[in-house]
Amino acid sequence: MTPAVGTNVLRKEGPEKLTGRALYIDDHKLPGCLFGATLRTTIPYGRLKRLVFDPAFPWKECVVVTAKDIPGKNEVALIEHDQPILVDEIVRHPMEPIALVAHKSRARAYEALKHIQAEYEPLDPVLTMEDSLAVKQAIFPPSNVFKDILIQKGDLESGFTQAEVVVEGEYRVPWQEQAYIENNGMAAWVDKDGTIVVLGSMQCPYYVHKSLAYAFGKPAEKVRVIQATTGGGFGGKEDYPSILAAHAALLAIKAKKPVKIIYDRPEDMAATTKRHPAWIKHRTGVTRHGKLVVQDVEVVMDGGAYMTLSPVVLSRGAIHAAGPYECPNVRIRARAVATNTPPNGAFRGFGAPQTLYAAELHMAKIAHTLGVDPLTLRRINVLKLGSSTATSQVLRESVGAEDVLERCVVKSGYVKRRIECAQHNRDPKSPAWKGVGLSLIYHGSGFTGAGEVMLASQAGVALDKDGRIRVLAASTEIGQGTITMFAQIAADALGLPVGWVDVETPDTSKVPNSGPTVASRTCMIVGELVRRACLDLKNDLATVVKGGVPRSEKELRRAASAVCGKAPSKEYIASYEKPREIVWDDKAYRGDAYGAFGYAAIVVEVEVDKATYEIKVDKVTSVFEIGKAVHPLLAEGQIIGGLAQGLGYSLMEDPVYRNGVMVNAQLTNYILPTSLDTPPMDIEILEKPYSHGPFGAKGLGELPMDVPGPAVAAAVFHATGRWIPELPILPEKILKAFSHDQAKG
Amino acid sequence: MRGDSASMKVLRPATADEAVRMYARAPKALPVAGGTDVMVLWNAGLLNGRVVLDLWGVEEWRKIRVRKDGILIGALATHARLREHPAIREKFPLLSEACATVGAEQIQNRGTIGGNVANASPAGDTFPALAVYEAVVHVASAKGRRTLPLSQVFAGVKKTALAPGELIEAIFLPMLPRRPDRRVFRKVGQRAAQTISKTVGAAVLFLNKDGTVEELRVAFGSVAPTVRRLRAAEDALKGRLLTAASAEEACGLIERDISPIDDMRSTREYRLRVTRNILRAFLWS
Repeated sequence: MTPAVGTNVLRKEGPEKLTGRALYIDDHKLPGCLFGATLRTTIPYGRLKRLVFDPAFPWKECVVVTAKDIPGKNEVALIEHDQPILVDEIVRHPMEPIALVAHKSRARAYEALKHIQAEYEPLDPVLTMEDSLAVKQAIFPPSNVFKDILIQKGDLESGFTQAEVVVEGEYRVPWQEQAYIENNGMAAWVDKDGTIVVLGSMQCPYYVHKSLAYAFGKPAEKVRVIQATTGGGFGGKEDYPSILAAHAALLAIKAKKPVKIIYDRPEDMAATTKRHPAWIKHRTGVTRHGKLVVQDVEVVMDGGAYMTLSPVVLSRGAIHAAGPYECPNVRIRARAVATNTPPNGAFRGFGAPQTLYAAELHMAKIAHTLGVDPLTLRRINVLKLGSSTATSQVLRESVGAEDVLERCVVKSGYVKRRIECAQHNRDPKSPAWKGVGLSLIYHGSGFTGAGEVMLASQAGVALDKDGRIRVLAASTEIGQGTITMFAQIAADALGLPVGWVDVETPDTSKVPNSGPTVASRTCMIVGELVRRACLDLKNDLATVVKGGVPRSEKELRRAASAVCGKAPSKEYIASYEKPREIVWDDKAYRGDAYGAFGYAAIVVEVEVDKATYEIKVDKVTSVFEIGKAVHPLLAEGQIIGGLAQGLGYSLMEDPVYRNGVMVNAQLTNYILPTSLDTPPMDIEILEKPYSHGPFGAKGLGELPMDVPGPAVAAAVFHATGRWIPELPILPEKILKAFSHDQAKG
Repeated sequence: MRGDSASMKVLRPATADEAVRMYARAPKALPVAGGTDVMVLWNAGLLNGRVVLDLWGVEEWRKIRVRKDGILIGALATHARLREHPAIREKFPLLSEACATVGAEQIQNRGTIGGNVANASPAGDTFPALAVYEAVVHVASAKGRRTLPLSQVFAGVKKTALAPGELIEAIFLPMLPRRPDRRVFRKVGQRAAQTISKTVGAAVLFLNKDGTVEELRVAFGSVAPTVRRLRAAEDALKGRLLTAASAEEACGLIERDISPIDDMRSTREYRLRVTRNILRAFLWS
């Protein structure tokens, strides 16, 4: 049998999506379905006094739900239970749901919202991280701090004594919108036996399941969550679908009919989660030759009005905040704070793009201060096999940092291009400055620290009596290739053709809880569970097939019948087992933060127009080390898409907030890169297998999001001699940097 | 998606006469040409319950007529056609270049020159070219026809001086006395396509035999409530040689004609500086 892993097999769901047969939530026709719409708050902070319903409006056409209709607890069950499903009294941000209306006409449902008046008693809001830290108003008592993390290694004081040069820097990054193609949407109905069923666009069916069971006071088996074909997520469908599902279910219960809620783009952008803005300070001590001696890093992230996933985002941000370098003395202090803005949440990279932007641009600044090339500085300090990270994790295997750096430098002609650009910039007649920037990052695969142990994920495979093989996992296909990759792993573990393997729809009544589809964990963690479960199935097949492995589908059917006996199918479920060598101390924030890291390096070439300060990325060269590329073409697709998203974050995406709410919540004025803005990309994947990943695989999805930002900023510095420490690097900021210099000089 | 087509009434004239008569009877109707701006409002539900006058079927307004004295462009000519039209590319290249930067290909295929003018956005990408070419706008109503210079069409942000019942039927570009010695079109946006201008400019320059400026025409958009000719700079250079000093002097006068603002897309400072830089590079480089 030729292995499927490592080859570009056809995407499992490709034909359905290509031919338009795949059903996204808005495509599902549900008999008698009503359309739900959401009334939202309009003030950032205050007290809801009452709701006034226009007596002239024909309310009997509608079903209306308010907080009073919630049968269980009016709380979204996440890390903390601080967020209400519908506001009953205190308003904490300007896009909170207050009331829901369902009508058989979508237009009438929206019309009805205009006939409800919310009366408030406003309070002074906290809208910035600075005001939150100063406790201008205790909106999350007592300190407005959702989570405070301290990572310590070595001794800070002696580090600064030894340091020959100290470099300081302050960096800022803004919100970012996931901008998946399909907006959030969910349908709900109640089955005859009283089971609440929701069907919709989501990343984490069991998160939705847990929060619904809690809100409706139902036992687990009376709640069923099914993922519809989902048009992208990027983290944006990690926690918000729990709220949306509760809303749809509340309306469906009251209406006694199916109800669908589909957000349009402005509502989706303004109300649902964004990447956390952050503010990061570095103080770094080095020797004259560039050896890192001490790193002192402070991180503050804006969590928004409720805790949601902020502690976990902060944790990943903090752990990555020192960059992929070895330093004997490190202190990282990280805090996530509350503001009266919609909660920020998961977004590809999950805190790391923010802190790695600061860490990597700071490396460029250190190199400039010392007068050494940024490449030299990285070569001196890069993590190697046996190195110890900021959390004192000793890297035992699969360490690709040096490999990606060196390969990327050769591939891009970095050294030569740096010199050529510097020469070009001496010509005053040229209409543009040119620059080359470099960055190197790492990204931990899977949940942090003890996270995977707490998740205790399960996944497996089923063999049906008729010979159908189904991978069982709650991990969702959201465009990244989950089901194709699962089929490849299962096929190779079983020694069977990939075409013989199906992947079950994530439906909580059919699949075990394999955890959320996040954190670059689906392939490495869940894929390994699938592989292990398949080995058990393989053993069973071997007992009933001559030669051990079925050679035809007919032989498989015969074997299935023998294995299943009288049962319709037999399931093989594997549970997560922590590799013994992984040790994490959550109190001290020390130890093995991740089983393995993926690595990426990038070289970016830019030109900056001297008349308009417009920045054009001419070329990107990027090298990734991911253990094993299970599907090289899909992996490359993930990389190209992630790099484009990272370039958008670096150069143009700029959510504008006024009074706590995003005011450019439309694709017409929230500027995403188009294909014309996406430069040629030269990409290479390296493989240093990880012993606990399926066929050596580690995480990939988030790496490309982390890497472009600091390289773009470094390239702009190389071109213009101006540091732009705040993303996005807009032409307006470059102009300001020049004006500032003129004003001084 | 909050647009509710069922709540809207669509009038579909097939001829110019029918269009002006229908509009006279339904003066509150919203005229729609390519619909690229209207769709944004429709999507937000802002047109629910409205009457719409769909002009797309008025064939006679689609024509582009090349005459000796100029080119008469039917209001429904799309940006894609203007981008490709041989006579426009030859005689009025700034307009073709501008049309090639409107939205993206999809928008250019559908958006029209008449719709662009009627929408009167401060950022209309074709307006600086039209201003430099001193376009004349032909309007029609049930009461008759009249012409007015482009500069009199725009009354403010998204406002025109068209009288109730008036529709734009064509835009006339008078031939230039000769081929300009220099020209430039420059659009500055946040990305390479589908972008609203931060500043957008067009200019032509005619030089005398002795190298002095015979005539400079320069206009910018997105830097004032409506497109503006930079008259002070134009006048200051008349009859003078272009030198670093005279170019700088002209650049120093742009604030007499424009007054950019800070908004979601850019800043006053940026718009001013970049407008000046583009003008300087055009005059003296």
